[in-house]
Amino acid sequence: MKSTRTAWLFMMPTLVILVFIGLVPFIYVLYIGFFDWNLFSKIRGMSWAGLNNYRKLVFDSDFNASLGRGALFTVLTVSIEMVLGILLANLLMMKIKGIKFFRAIHSLPLTVAPIAIGAAWRLMTLPGLGPVPYYLQKIGFDFNIGRYAQQAFFTTVIMDIWHWTPFITLAFLAGLSSLPKSPFESAMVDGANRWQIQLHITLPLLKPVILTVLFLRIMDALRIVDEVWMLTGGGPGTATRYIGIHIWRVVFPKTDYGYGSAMSVIVLYFTIVLTWLLITSVSQSRKEVAK
Amino acid sequence: MTGKGKRVFIYLIWILLSVCTLFPIYWLFLVSARSRIELFDSPTFFQTTFYIKNFTRPLLNDIYGSYIFNSVIIATGNTILVMVCAIFATYALSRYRFKGANNIFFWTITNRMAPAAAFMFPIFLLYSRVLVIGDISFFDTHIGMILVYCLFNLPFSIWLLKGIVDGIPISIDEAARIDGASTLGIVWRIVVPLSAPGIAISSVLSWIFAWNEYLFAAALTSSDARTITTGLAEFVTIVGTNWGEMAAVALVSVLPALLFLGFVQKYIIAGITFGAVRE
Repeated sequence: MKSTRTAWLFMMPTLVILVFIGLVPFIYVLYIGFFDWNLFSKIRGMSWAGLNNYRKLVFDSDFNASLGRGALFTVLTVSIEMVLGILLANLLMMKIKGIKFFRAIHSLPLTVAPIAIGAAWRLMTLPGLGPVPYYLQKIGFDFNIGRYAQQAFFTTVIMDIWHWTPFITLAFLAGLSSLPKSPFESAMVDGANRWQIQLHITLPLLKPVILTVLFLRIMDALRIVDEVWMLTGGGPGTATRYIGIHIWRVVFPKTDYGYGSAMSVIVLYFTIVLTWLLITSVSQSRKEVAK
Repeated sequence: MTGKGKRVFIYLIWILLSVCTLFPIYWLFLVSARSRIELFDSPTFFQTTFYIKNFTRPLLNDIYGSYIFNSVIIATGNTILVMVCAIFATYALSRYRFKGANNIFFWTITNRMAPAAAFMFPIFLLYSRVLVIGDISFFDTHIGMILVYCLFNLPFSIWLLKGIVDGIPISIDEAARIDGASTLGIVWRIVVPLSAPGIAISSVLSWIFAWNEYLFAAALTSSDARTITTGLAEFVTIVGTNWGEMAAVALVSVLPALLFLGFVQKYIIAGITFGAVRE
């Protein structure tokens, strides 16, 4: 009989670190959210505020606008990326020489620092320096993401598509190539056409992949900060100030800790719901596939 | 379409997509190689000269050299800490049936989902206001940053290593135990060598992640432990930005990912999707 004491001893460093850096901050942020704690307020310390911070959030038009903007950004980017990624994966489903090389290039956006990606896109779209405004100018289109809100918004969307479509393509290529052969063979024998096979066999078999990628993408798109901050700085005005940027650049410097914590709890809530959806739906669809 | 025609068509699509993917990084390189005067000209896509001052001034004469040093210290320290913890934790989770093992594994993994934008406030407060003894705190220290990145890297490494350690037959452990090896000896002489490829890959991915991270670094450091990504972001707030130098620093921050790309690319997708997608 192995002693479980050794097991706990081995787990100890991990547990201590994750409690310290994961669980304690999690509980602490829930706690702070119920207090007034502002370095610039009359009362220097913390004072109990009950649900006041949350009540304030409901009427905070800046916060709500950043949430709405983030939601629009997420819906646009994730839906375009999913469609584009799946189409490309279907198109590229063929064993060719040098596929490893192409796959390596496509995983590049996933490994480089997002902040450097933002820098690269800023340098491409900078008026007077980048090729994008230069060539658009030649066809008579005034492109300046420092000035036009809509252009800035759509440039962040395009940058995100550039960043994450390769991930979805590669994920589906991997998913497609790991599918079992037998269901397809028997469907062919039964005389099913291509669309029927796609709809009734490929799609259900790929459901775990689709759901995982979808929920991960939604989660990441909602909390995007780095590249957008580098590209537009959240501007012009508030055009690209998504929720993460709002917390980081507007609320954090104000040292309004109670209110900022309440805002963090909302973000945490979305994350927990999405993680839960991810885990339950993936494990459920895996069981379905296993049947 | 004939087989050969289709093949050519697929190559063309791959090449087109690759050009799109590589272009922003290539542009970074072009800008980093140009002097201010060259940058004022209309944009061209080829470069024969190389303006080395874009690299030497920020890295040697400015603070960016020390930012890189900080990033290396933090990423390396974090990787070592994560690997030591992860190997022991993985062994415990894989070999012992203790109460709540599954729940602990599950809870460990969910830490990876923690949004930096939400954990920024509590960790900043803990580091700078709560856990302070005199002048000593975690704020703006290497050790503070090393610990923060465990939040993502430890769950990831445990998850990646568990698949590998589970695959090492228990009979090998038992044979070693009969020969008189202690549990520590088994971990060191059997588990570590047999899972070496997995350890290498999760080390590299952890290192790259810590190197790339921005939001925590920006919120939890001010000068002494500032990293390269925060330094890069500071370029934008400076009036009259020197774009050539910004591109040079960005290019340096991209280098580790470029160097290890071939080594890790096979595991990136599985890593991001927690094994829901495997090759």
